[in-house]
Amino acid sequence: MISAAESRKNAPRWVRLLVPEDAPLYQRNEVIAGWLMALPALLVLTIFLVVPFLMAFVMSFTNQRLVSPNPTEWVGMKNFERLLTVRVFTLEPERDENGAIVYADDGGIAYPRLRTFTRKNPDYPELNGLREFASWQSGENRTIILAADVVFLRALINTLVFAGVIAPLQGGLALLLALLLNQSLPYINVFRAIYFAPVVVSMVVVSLLWRFIYDGENGLLNTLLGIATFGSFQPVDWLGNPYTAMPAMIAMSAWQAVGFHMVIWLAGLQTIPVSLYEAAGLDGAGALQKFRYVTWPGLRNTAVLILIVIVIQATGLFVQVDVMTRGGPLDATQSVVYQAVQRGYDKQDIAEGSAISVVLFVVVLAITIVNRYLTRDRD
Amino acid sequence: MKKALSVLVVVIVLLMVSGLAAAQTELSMWYHGGAWAAEHQVFIDLIEAFNSSQSEYAVILEAFPQESYNSSIVAAAAAGDLPDIIDVDGPVMPGWAWAGWMAPLTLSEGALDEFLPGPIGEWQGELYAVGLWDAAVSIYARRSVLEAHEIRIPTLEEPWTGDEFDAILEQLQASGEFEYAFDLGMAWTGEWYPYAFSPFLQSFGGDMIDRSTYCEAEGVLNGEAGVAFGEWWQSLFDRGLSPGTSQDTGDRETGFIDGRYALQWMGNWAGVSTLAEVGDDLIFLPAPDFGHGNIIGAASWQLGASATTEHPEGVSQFIEFAIQDEWLTAFSDATGLAPATANAAAMSENYSAGGPLEVFYELSNDQALIRPVTPGYATLALIFEKALADIANGADVQDSLDAAVDEIEADIEDNGGYGFDCG
Repeated sequence: MISAAESRKNAPRWVRLLVPEDAPLYQRNEVIAGWLMALPALLVLTIFLVVPFLMAFVMSFTNQRLVSPNPTEWVGMKNFERLLTVRVFTLEPERDENGAIVYADDGGIAYPRLRTFTRKNPDYPELNGLREFASWQSGENRTIILAADVVFLRALINTLVFAGVIAPLQGGLALLLALLLNQSLPYINVFRAIYFAPVVVSMVVVSLLWRFIYDGENGLLNTLLGIATFGSFQPVDWLGNPYTAMPAMIAMSAWQAVGFHMVIWLAGLQTIPVSLYEAAGLDGAGALQKFRYVTWPGLRNTAVLILIVIVIQATGLFVQVDVMTRGGPLDATQSVVYQAVQRGYDKQDIAEGSAISVVLFVVVLAITIVNRYLTRDRD
Repeated sequence: MKKALSVLVVVIVLLMVSGLAAAQTELSMWYHGGAWAAEHQVFIDLIEAFNSSQSEYAVILEAFPQESYNSSIVAAAAAGDLPDIIDVDGPVMPGWAWAGWMAPLTLSEGALDEFLPGPIGEWQGELYAVGLWDAAVSIYARRSVLEAHEIRIPTLEEPWTGDEFDAILEQLQASGEFEYAFDLGMAWTGEWYPYAFSPFLQSFGGDMIDRSTYCEAEGVLNGEAGVAFGEWWQSLFDRGLSPGTSQDTGDRETGFIDGRYALQWMGNWAGVSTLAEVGDDLIFLPAPDFGHGNIIGAASWQLGASATTEHPEGVSQFIEFAIQDEWLTAFSDATGLAPATANAAAMSENYSAGGPLEVFYELSNDQALIRPVTPGYATLALIFEKALADIANGADVQDSLDAAVDEIEADIEDNGGYGFDCG
């Protein structure tokens, strides 16, 4: 009989690393068996998730192209600088030889064209290639926020707004539906199936359908609103108007995914023991109080899960944008993933696309960590 | 059962015999139109005819869905596994040639003398690809509508001028008979934008890029002519003359046929089907002239040789076989696109004298200007598309064009000039 210590000494190095030193022999075999069983899944995960991610990370520091005979070079942080550089610049009015401000024909203060500073101006090398993102009047000067990549900045803000709006909206609607459907009524499963149906339809198909619904010429929504208001409703070009495009997309996305989160809420609701409701009933609690003091605390973990899942899904916003608007009108529906695909693939700049993916990864990671911190168990 | 078995035996024997006969060198060919049944069939017939016409080479066709074709080529190039014969979209060809994926063709002297300019795919003085047909765009109109509004019917020699065209659009819109006077096809995002709309810009005197150097776009895209084009372009949507970027593809397909759009900017591939709906009333009009000629885009899908093929002479031999007039006619009859030579056009159903699409051949011959011949085209096209979409949606014209110029030039710099000497 070999002692535990001796068998450990003879074992290969990787076994010694994986098996705790003081574990009895039979447990070592179990640990090894466990790793062997996990191996296929680990292999697939490594090939299709870990390796591509590492490749994206490495490529984001190069100038790798999809189609190019030029050699790939390290460019350091250049891709990230191009994405994230933001500067504040003060534009001073044009003055005549006496130093008096020149006024334009419309009576406003005349300013030099911003492009004279941002295009190959040797006096302002730090502004080269930047574009106006936002600006406001401050006294006689104009303060301008310049960004190296205006479209990406819009995409980032849009994605965060999308996630921020859709998380409470979709989570709340799903909870409402779940509460309605968490009753033992006849044919309740039919309703559950109906509300779940959009989830199993491909997002591409749903997006195409909603394009018809939102159509500004003869779409279903405009027609319905027209009938409901006896014709006094002015048709809206929902996806063609920069102010309605994003809300339209949010509404449609929430509709599509609400069934999925409804099912998670339902599962959560069914883990709450009926006895708690009975006890609360005996203590004289009404429906609202039961929800406040029994249901909601019982759903705490479900709520955390749903919040994180919705936010992560929302930051991956892509299909709707690709099918419905392609980021327009006027960048109102640009999203980070859409930009990553468009640059990495369509514009063949895979390095820039990778850099966007890495930025998105950091953003999602940060959101998740903050989320975990805010919803941590305080006990 | 017995019968089925004997059929099987016969099939196997036939296959073996044909296999024996095929001591020919195999040439693989990839084709983007797996979904285009009619065109696909002509390729199958063509290849069968070529394989039995000589004993040296046998072409083997592999069809792809168009959506995944280009990415398949990119992946195959990365894996060093390209086919011998490549099917390539005209404006994309310089990119693939520059990347070293394609080899120049060696056709016999004068093989392309009779060809339209569009189907000849040249890059830096070498012939890389040849198209068997060309696409053309025209204004679809109803003769009855123009006559009812007393509008002059333009000709190639005397097209509508820019001002005349604009007044016609205003007039048609004001008549109240149509939802929109002029359907540009804004629903067709992607390659349609640079292909169909850059000719307007060129007719104004601008262009997507400075073609004398292919290094800069400053002053060409965002110069006076570019801004004039941009202002006119924006006004089409401001004045409600054209449906904007949110147009639905369904409306694009049926709007003109249903009579909701008065005029339509449309390609010859839809000519036959639109004729079937509208009838003899339909006429195809040349592009308006905004001061620098009436221009339309050119170059469709073409055939070329991969750089890795071991039998470049076999590929050239196949392409020379394919560009015979009878095959050009066969493709045109099957697809409705314009044949690449005048002889083939004369033999074809739609482009012969008195044929319904005859005018398109002259349009291609007379008005065609190929898209910028640079490996940077893929990116250039997307930047141009975004600028046009933004301007249509009300963005400042000068700012949008300036931004496009900066992005185009930054991309050229990133790519070391794309094979041009940009210093």
